[in-house]
Amino acid sequence: MMTETPILSVRDLSVSFAQFDRTISAVHTASFDVARGEVLGIVGESGAGKSLTSMAIVGLIPPPGYIEATSITLEGRPIHNLGPKEIRSVRGRDIGVIFQDPLTSLDPLFTIGDQLIETICTHLPLTVPEARSRAIDLLIEVGIPAPEQRLQSYPHELSGGMRQRVVIALALCAEPKLVIADEPTTALDVSIQAQIIALLLRLCRERGMSIILVTHDMGVIAEAADRVAVMYAGRIVEVGKTRQVVKNARHPYTRGLMGAIPKIGQPRTKLAQISGSMPRPGTEFEGCAFAERCAVAEAKCRSLRPQLLTVDDSYVACHVAASGVGA
Amino acid sequence: MTAVGAIAFVLFHYVGDPVEMMVGVEDSAEMRVELRERLGLNDPAPVQFIRFIGDVATGNLGVSYRTRQPVAELIFSRLPATLELVFCATIFALGTGIPLGVAAALYRGRWTGYLADLTTLVGISMPTFMTGTLLIFLFAVTFPILPSFGRGEVVKIGWWTTGFLTVSGLKSLILPSVTLGLFQLTMIMRLMRGEMLETLRSDFIKFQHARGLSTRRIHFRHALRNSLMPVITVSGMQFGALLAFSIVTESVFQWPGVGLLFVQSVNNVDVPVMAAYLMIVAAFFVTINLVVDLLYYYIDPRLKSGLQGRRA
Ligand SMILES: Nc1ncnc2c1ncn2[C@@H]1O[C@H](COP(=O)(O)OP(=O)(O)OP(=O)(O)O)[C@@H](O)[C@H]1O
Ligand SMILES: [Mg+2]
Repeated sequence: MMTETPILSVRDLSVSFAQFDRTISAVHTASFDVARGEVLGIVGESGAGKSLTSMAIVGLIPPPGYIEATSITLEGRPIHNLGPKEIRSVRGRDIGVIFQDPLTSLDPLFTIGDQLIETICTHLPLTVPEARSRAIDLLIEVGIPAPEQRLQSYPHELSGGMRQRVVIALALCAEPKLVIADEPTTALDVSIQAQIIALLLRLCRERGMSIILVTHDMGVIAEAADRVAVMYAGRIVEVGKTRQVVKNARHPYTRGLMGAIPKIGQPRTKLAQISGSMPRPGTEFEGCAFAERCAVAEAKCRSLRPQLLTVDDSYVACHVAASGVGA
Repeated sequence: MTAVGAIAFVLFHYVGDPVEMMVGVEDSAEMRVELRERLGLNDPAPVQFIRFIGDVATGNLGVSYRTRQPVAELIFSRLPATLELVFCATIFALGTGIPLGVAAALYRGRWTGYLADLTTLVGISMPTFMTGTLLIFLFAVTFPILPSFGRGEVVKIGWWTTGFLTVSGLKSLILPSVTLGLFQLTMIMRLMRGEMLETLRSDFIKFQHARGLSTRRIHFRHALRNSLMPVITVSGMQFGALLAFSIVTESVFQWPGVGLLFVQSVNNVDVPVMAAYLMIVAAFFVTINLVVDLLYYYIDPRLKSGLQGRRA
């Protein structure tokens, strides 16, 4: 299906943290592509490494964490080994980022206008008045009423939903090719979540932008994502078309996730349907990380680590699925 | 303020009998009685207190037992010296403490950071009189480039006397200001460092990095401003403390300010002067807290709109 160069291509991305006596590996050889205009969902329970994976793409792993990758390319251009200056020009301009919590994502001491204009001027060769009118356009696009007055507002004067709209506007300032949204609605009121997701999808569709949508809400994935990557204990265990994965998940963990897909807008049941807990990063073991919780695990699962293999249309890292028994 | 007034009054009411200090050995008993009557010392304590408060409120701080000068006049002639000293010490402390704190936060784990840490350790563990003596030894004795006592030449502007306008006045300010400001400097530096580290960890800073803003902009425009609030509060409160600490510094440097006046008045059991000193220091505390609060409203938009919200 991927005939044209993907917007983003990640190969063997690992994120590790150097600690006093050992190195903890929190993300392990993750590989995936994002096509132009595509929405890639990343799901997995808390601590699976979703945020680290998405932050690693833009080189935002705080020390003592570090990134290793065979390659990360943006439209064919490698971005995993850029200097601090170059990677900074990728952030915001080529890749926009949206964080989970709109309440804390904005500088409380500066007006919305200040922050928008500052970001616009960083990336585009515009004068301040030009940047200002662009800021107003952006606010209109993200559905903020009376944008000219809003420019004078401070973040605390806006509601959570409004603030997340401003955050989206900030991420879209320079028309990036890819937007990484890390749980963009988790901190919001349930009633606003769907609106914000819809807004994000609409804006990106209009511009032909791609999205990486990180969430642990399978309902959001089912409604919004074209493809989905499932992460478990720092590894991608299944990647495939959303329809395929939702209807016919191959990996036992994914099937567990599908056990309860809440309708979007309803209170989320956390992904606790599967008994037991995910091994913490840094735990040493051979074999499959999910084996301990897996209902269909075989002897092989505990001794040999499964690789990501093609099974029908998707990629799955599971011995059982690969041998066709679990399907 | 009234509370401080009460404390000042009670403290000094029982400190000693001023009459004993004022009269000569050869004065007769009748003269003592007459003096007591004139000073109102025979009235019951509550009456004396009410009179004291009333006098203070009308600006009448009494007469010095020792020099027989009006206390207000005495204090106001000494006040400029102390205020200029405290002002310079604060400027020195803020001007050095904030950059050092920021550097310590940004260069944490590198030698610049360790150097800054070391400086604070020295500053915080050295008592004021020792710093003062050491500085005098270094810059007035070993290398005689700065005066070690007094204010130098001063220029009179109205009732205010200033050392800012003469070279010797400015030179005289250096050592006492550094001595007085050093402790505050370390406080400000440590606070600044902590606040800055805290701010740098916050989400909005992360989001600014993710938007590709330049590191310099993020550090010095956003992180700095967000870290400044608590530093301003504390330095405001410290301003009052400096006024109090100035007693030691003024003694070491024979600085002719109210601190030195206070030390002298304690030696002489000059109660009205002591009481007036306490009242004035308290007045400054209150005023400065007010100024700091007003500054808050200027800096932090959240408070500003809170105020408008309440008005509306
Ligand atoms: N600074 C760090 N030092 C050590 N380990 C870390 C650090 N930051 C994250 N980790 C580990 O990496 C793992 C993955 O973290 P990550 O934030 O990517 O999880 P996540 O999938 O986004 O979870 P959530 O849904 O809670 O956001 C966590 O289990 C965490 O313990
Ligand atoms: Mg996360």
